Amino acid sequence: MEHPNLAAIRNLIARHKRWDAAFAVFGLLCLMIGVLTFVSLFTEMAVNGAARLDWDFFTNYPSRRASQAGILSAWVGSTLVMLVTAVVAVPLGVASAVYLEEYAPKNWMTDIIEINITNLAGVPSIVYGLLALGLFVYQFGLGQSILSAGLTLALLILPVVIVATREAMRSIPQHIREGAYALGATQWQTVKDHLLPYSSPGILTGVIIGMARAIGETAPIITIGALTFIAFLPPSPVSADPPYLSFEWLMSPFTVMPIQMFNWTSRPEAAFQSNAAAAGFVLVFMTLAMNGLAIWLRYRLRKNIKW
Amino acid sequence: MLTPAVLVRPATHTDAETPATKAEAKDLSFYYGGFQALKNISMILHEKKVTALIGPSGCGKSTFLRCFNRMHDLYPGNRYEGEIRFHPDDTNLLGRDVDPIEVRMRISMVFQKPNPFPKSIFENVAYGLRVRGLRSRRAIEEKVEQALRRAALWDEAKDRLQDLAFNLSGGQQQRLCIARALATDPEILLFDEPTSALDPIATTSIEELIHNLKDKVTILIVTHNMQQAARVSDYTAYMYLGELVEFGVTDEIFIKPRKKETEDYITGRFG
Amino acid sequence: MTAAAQATAPSMAFVPTHTRLASRRARVIRERIIESVLFLAALVSVFTTVGIVYVLVKESVVFFQQVSIIDFLTDTQWTPLFDDAHFGIMVLLSGTLTSSLVALAIAIPLGTVIAIYLSEFAPFKLREVAKPFLELLGGVPTIVYGYFALLFVTPLLQALIPGLPGFNLLSAGIVMGIMIIPYVSSISEDAMRAVPMSLREGSYAMGATRYQTATRVVVPAAVSGIAAAYILGISRAVGETMILAIAAGMQPNLTFNPLEPAATITAYIVQVALGDLPHGSVGYQTIFAAGLTLMLFTLAFNIVGHMMRRRFREVY
Repeated sequence: MEHPNLAAIRNLIARHKRWDAAFAVFGLLCLMIGVLTFVSLFTEMAVNGAARLDWDFFTNYPSRRASQAGILSAWVGSTLVMLVTAVVAVPLGVASAVYLEEYAPKNWMTDIIEINITNLAGVPSIVYGLLALGLFVYQFGLGQSILSAGLTLALLILPVVIVATREAMRSIPQHIREGAYALGATQWQTVKDHLLPYSSPGILTGVIIGMARAIGETAPIITIGALTFIAFLPPSPVSADPPYLSFEWLMSPFTVMPIQMFNWTSRPEAAFQSNAAAAGFVLVFMTLAMNGLAIWLRYRLRKNIKW
Repeated sequence: MLTPAVLVRPATHTDAETPATKAEAKDLSFYYGGFQALKNISMILHEKKVTALIGPSGCGKSTFLRCFNRMHDLYPGNRYEGEIRFHPDDTNLLGRDVDPIEVRMRISMVFQKPNPFPKSIFENVAYGLRVRGLRSRRAIEEKVEQALRRAALWDEAKDRLQDLAFNLSGGQQQRLCIARALATDPEILLFDEPTSALDPIATTSIEELIHNLKDKVTILIVTHNMQQAARVSDYTAYMYLGELVEFGVTDEIFIKPRKKETEDYITGRFG
Repeated sequence: MTAAAQATAPSMAFVPTHTRLASRRARVIRERIIESVLFLAALVSVFTTVGIVYVLVKESVVFFQQVSIIDFLTDTQWTPLFDDAHFGIMVLLSGTLTSSLVALAIAIPLGTVIAIYLSEFAPFKLREVAKPFLELLGGVPTIVYGYFALLFVTPLLQALIPGLPGFNLLSAGIVMGIMIIPYVSSISEDAMRAVPMSLREGSYAMGATRYQTATRVVVPAAVSGIAAAYILGISRAVGETMILAIAAGMQPNLTFNPLEPAATITAYIVQVALGDLPHGSVGYQTIFAAGLTLMLFTLAFNIVGHMMRRRFREVY
């Protein structure tokens, strides 16, 4: 090609570039669909439910009269269930991750454990509910209680915590471990004094993401049998008489935010739908805040900012 | 002076005529962000001749090579200064109003590590043709065969054109990449250290290939191997720390370099 | 005394040997105990799986003693709580299948396009904003999506499609699809980013545009990872509960028409759980049989998806 037909080449390139531009626009449009959904979801709930968001809403029990119904038992129940979830999932998850990263030999047992964790991450949440129903509620006799719910959600978010912890530990360079060992530290001392503290921001991020997921889970809790009309609070964990700490609340019936919202959504009256919108708004706000916090933490981690 | 130990072949062109200029770099500077990687380089690329760029690691030879087909445009933060005038139409390859895609349609490149696409051998070579809108099956097949022959790969590939390119050996993959680059009849063919990832036998076959392309295609080749430059090229440019130190006919550079730095590098006193 | 302190204690040489050995033995024992505890923690995941299998199989076995597998698989009615009880899982499967197809018809094209756009086209700043945003989109509780489907999307659709019932699979499917987009796009994008830059450079050097490079080189190179994304998306759709329970109604209905209401396997389980079923009744057992069916499907999808994901990680 001594004297190429420049005009022909330019025409061809112009045509190709039109496809290029068209796809860029198309891609952006698709992204906008997601944005649009999010915005309309949020706005709809805000518009419909904002009126209901007052102090009474947060301190009232559910009621047959929509204007008097509130989410007190729901958010207290959510808080208590989250407490149990965290207390169970964090130690179990971190311990599993530590074992897999630092101690586990490369054998079939370890493979089975890792396969299991990957598998469990993909199990539908309602199956966890069935597990809880058959095992926790009936077989172990824990009943339809906060304890059952907390244990179930802990198992549900376990893979999230494990993966986050493992990644956080993997990002610690090998020479830090070697430095600790060279000073005579045992394996556990290295983990306890060095690896866990240094990976704690990453672990924290994973825990927050897991909790954000757990707070919005409805299906497993319904399956366990959380009631939707609870006009009382579980017994308080702290009591005036010794031993000052009671665990009665663990076995108490309860409800949680998503279930309250579900209950109100299922009622045809528009007034209850406003309540549902308000509850949903609170729920989304909490989830977004937690997810946002986790994302921000991860962003700072990636930039290696000193705390 | 120096014994021409590095020379294997006699000179391939006479001083009787200076070949036409295919491209000319004029005061070319290049910046990666704030760092100036190329400093005011002016050099002529002769038509249908092989020009080699040599110099120690980090001297900017690959950077200079990649200016010719605007590869730097793919990454943010890069800046060109100066021009590369491209003939016969006297376009400035680095011009802001010149489309990099158009430049790359006229100038092809072979990379250091063979990078065949995850497609069949046939489709790899045909890729450039399809991008240029060639549709006729017969025309594509003809050009693919022609390119594979020029790349000395036809005999080995003709019975397995539908095989995945990944199944070829390293040397074969590089020849495939050369065929791919040749299929579109480029006006300049750029080679970025094409044999540094290959074993000696594959290296020899590629060097023979380049030798056979001489006088048919304008070639600019970056190599860290001086002997290769001496074997293969008509002209050599020696670069150091982003500057063009010396440029001339290969034989002269290797037998009688004009600058001391060139002589030091060629005799292995450093680098 | 910690090991480090022991090593630097000046009077090391004068500590009687038996004391040193005893403390060493204690340390070793302590380390072993700690390792065992950690191992047991790691085993919890195995116990969970065992627990799930045990619970599902135990109740299903009892169930299948009363209902034949043939009936279960071929009956076209699902009315387990009626006097004339029928147990055809196909009814629930039809709801699951139809809603999943609608969801995937949205999630797969949009998720793939978004992934290609973010990986090959979008400027860096846009990607930094879009990726967390997509994560947030995927983090919205499904109950909220269900509310959105019932009270926003359905009325909207009813304006477009006259005669659309208040509960329908289309509305639930669409919202479910949007919820799944982040799953598909993030895994596909990971696969595309794993394709080495050298392949892209080879394509650009031939004069190709971004669109040509993306579709002719990057996507084919990332195909196993993208397939993994699709399969995991399918698994997610099949296992989704609340959106369908709220917006598609909980009436079992053997249909493949998304404009009708229907119950999926997951919605049925919720419906039963909301009621009061005596432990040990056939009705109670049906949810485990249904759950077992669901588990088998999602397990199959997850295994295939995971294997394909491993493959794309290995290739590069």
